[in-house]
Amino acid sequence: MSIFLNENSKVIVQGITGGEGTKHSTKMLAAGTNIVGGVNARKAGTTVTIGGKDLSVFGTVEEAIKETGADVSVVFVPPKFAKDAVIEAIDSGIGLAVVITEGIPVHDSAYFWAHACAKGNATRIIGPNCPGIISPGKSNAGIIPADIAGPGRIGLVSKSGTLTYQMMYELREIGFSTAIGIGGDPVIGTTHIDALEAFQADPETEAIVMIGEIGGDAEERAADFIKANVTKPVVGYVAGFTAPEGKTMGHAGAIVSGSAGTAQAKKEALEAAGVKVGKTPSETAALMRELLAG
Amino acid sequence: MDLYEYQAKDLFAAHGVPVLPGRTVETADDAAAAAAEIGGAVVVKAQVKTGGRGKAGGVKLARTADEAKDKAGAILGMDIKGHTVHRVLVTQASDIEEEYYFSFLLDRSNRTFLAMCSAEGGMEIEQLAVERPDALARIPVDAITGVDRAKAAEIVAAGKIPAPVADQAADVIVKLWETFVAEDATLVEVNPLVRDPQDNVIALDGKVTLDENAGFRHPDHAALVDERTENPLEAKAKAKNLNYVKLDDGQVGIIGNGAGLVMSTLDVVAYAGEKHGGVKPANFLDIGGGASAQVMADGLDVILGDPDVKSVFVNVFGGITACDAVATGIVEALKILGASATKPLVVRLDGNNVLEGRKILDDANHPLVTQVDTMDNAADKAAQLAAGA
Repeated sequence: MSIFLNENSKVIVQGITGGEGTKHSTKMLAAGTNIVGGVNARKAGTTVTIGGKDLSVFGTVEEAIKETGADVSVVFVPPKFAKDAVIEAIDSGIGLAVVITEGIPVHDSAYFWAHACAKGNATRIIGPNCPGIISPGKSNAGIIPADIAGPGRIGLVSKSGTLTYQMMYELREIGFSTAIGIGGDPVIGTTHIDALEAFQADPETEAIVMIGEIGGDAEERAADFIKANVTKPVVGYVAGFTAPEGKTMGHAGAIVSGSAGTAQAKKEALEAAGVKVGKTPSETAALMRELLAG
Repeated sequence: MDLYEYQAKDLFAAHGVPVLPGRTVETADDAAAAAAEIGGAVVVKAQVKTGGRGKAGGVKLARTADEAKDKAGAILGMDIKGHTVHRVLVTQASDIEEEYYFSFLLDRSNRTFLAMCSAEGGMEIEQLAVERPDALARIPVDAITGVDRAKAAEIVAAGKIPAPVADQAADVIVKLWETFVAEDATLVEVNPLVRDPQDNVIALDGKVTLDENAGFRHPDHAALVDERTENPLEAKAKAKNLNYVKLDDGQVGIIGNGAGLVMSTLDVVAYAGEKHGGVKPANFLDIGGGASAQVMADGLDVILGDPDVKSVFVNVFGGITACDAVATGIVEALKILGASATKPLVVRLDGNNVLEGRKILDDANHPLVTQVDTMDNAADKAAQLAAGA
């Protein structure tokens, strides 16, 4: 098992013919992802050869699903067109849409999230502005480098891409069931809580690493969820203790507003829920190793 | 991006939200001229991006042009919570019957928008929310259906805006929603929204935050940036498309890839600094995934130009980026910068092609560069170098 993505996942890439789409499709294929096609309305009916594999380019997500049975879409469409691309994915009823695109206006994300809700949340959205999801050894949907760590017992959920990579690297000798970067934007689809719930239910996941950062109250809410629903051990890390108020730190959502969204408040909430929180990524990894050894 | 009151009101006016006539000036003489032009009593308001202007003495009533000149003279140059007043808004004074509060904002927790409305405006909204939470209505707004006349009426009723001005208030709210959506704002706040003796509803103040991610569909928003109050290092970094934030009282310059890792790097340096006399990080700089030599050179150029910086910590985890490309970038950057690079660099590389990357730096053997193999030890080394400088 793993969560949200496995060896049976059939993946299409929206924006497969763009620079990023082609580059990362090559890497995903090399990692064993079963990419079955791509979508680009202007290049419908053509074929692209990526990593030695011929892939059909379809005009719409719906058509791609009909022809290939795809159940996952990875979105590399530029910010200007991302809203329409995600809405198209939702309307197709595809099970999972992984939105890698960075820099989508928040009115657009709020709109497609409202649209997903209106459609009964039949499509799980990961992102936007995220590195995607990897179930090592099975499938990789997004841009997480597949060679950092192999399959194993840890589930990882993080707002940050590079901290996902760093933590996977620190714990590479143990390995991961699934690692998900949920993204650093103010409005995202899959949350820490969604991932925690799925990891709790996944028999292959023995322990969970949760990485948060300043801004919003997702970590505090996740802490409440852990207290009430998660029996597997969780270790946590929060970035941004030294971030000043009112300044956006790289991620559009990473901003301390007044007394809300501070790293200290998030750390305290997690600790109150019984989560061991590391001061640095390496200390967090050490806590996880201790926990699994003990 | 937060706007000044006068910029917010310009946007309001463009979308049909009632505001009082006013002019923004930068000298006391111009304030007098503006007051004379507007006629009658005026209010002179400091234009700074912080609350509590009234309490700080930054908002004054002036009955004549001469008085406006005096008041503006006193307010210009004033420091309000660390913000220097460079401009004042001279605006027509209004008779106020009642003060209300209104805002649209992004509700991150619920992944939707929120309208907040209260018949008890004027005071700080955080205070109202704590002291009289029942007086502040919070109405979720669907991003798709938005705010039409009926929704606005619902908000007005929930906020207990008095019946005689309910229709006027609803009209204003529909127009504020148009402003919020059309301008890609994440906050539109009016405090106070006032009722005058003729039962007009007017936006007497305005606070707007715009989404910089939406800049591609708002070329006009670029003109709203106030370069004078931007930190010069931040302005320089922005011109080079770098994601940089200057931090106060720091000595260790930071370069890293990925927002989360860079935030984490700041924290790790601050912890390490506790052992070295309280040394702190001097900046946030995320060079992103594809760190070319030029991007690295631009980043180093900005950081080395910061007189506060005593040492630099380059912290890169090669995920998509290969460490050899980053190492080449550092070597090339130091060549480009030449003699202008004088501060020690501590470099930690890990991840994709790390051995090749480390070898490139070893072979270059640059006297300013020290390689350390873990993030914690590298932070310690950088803090130690900054403390000793």
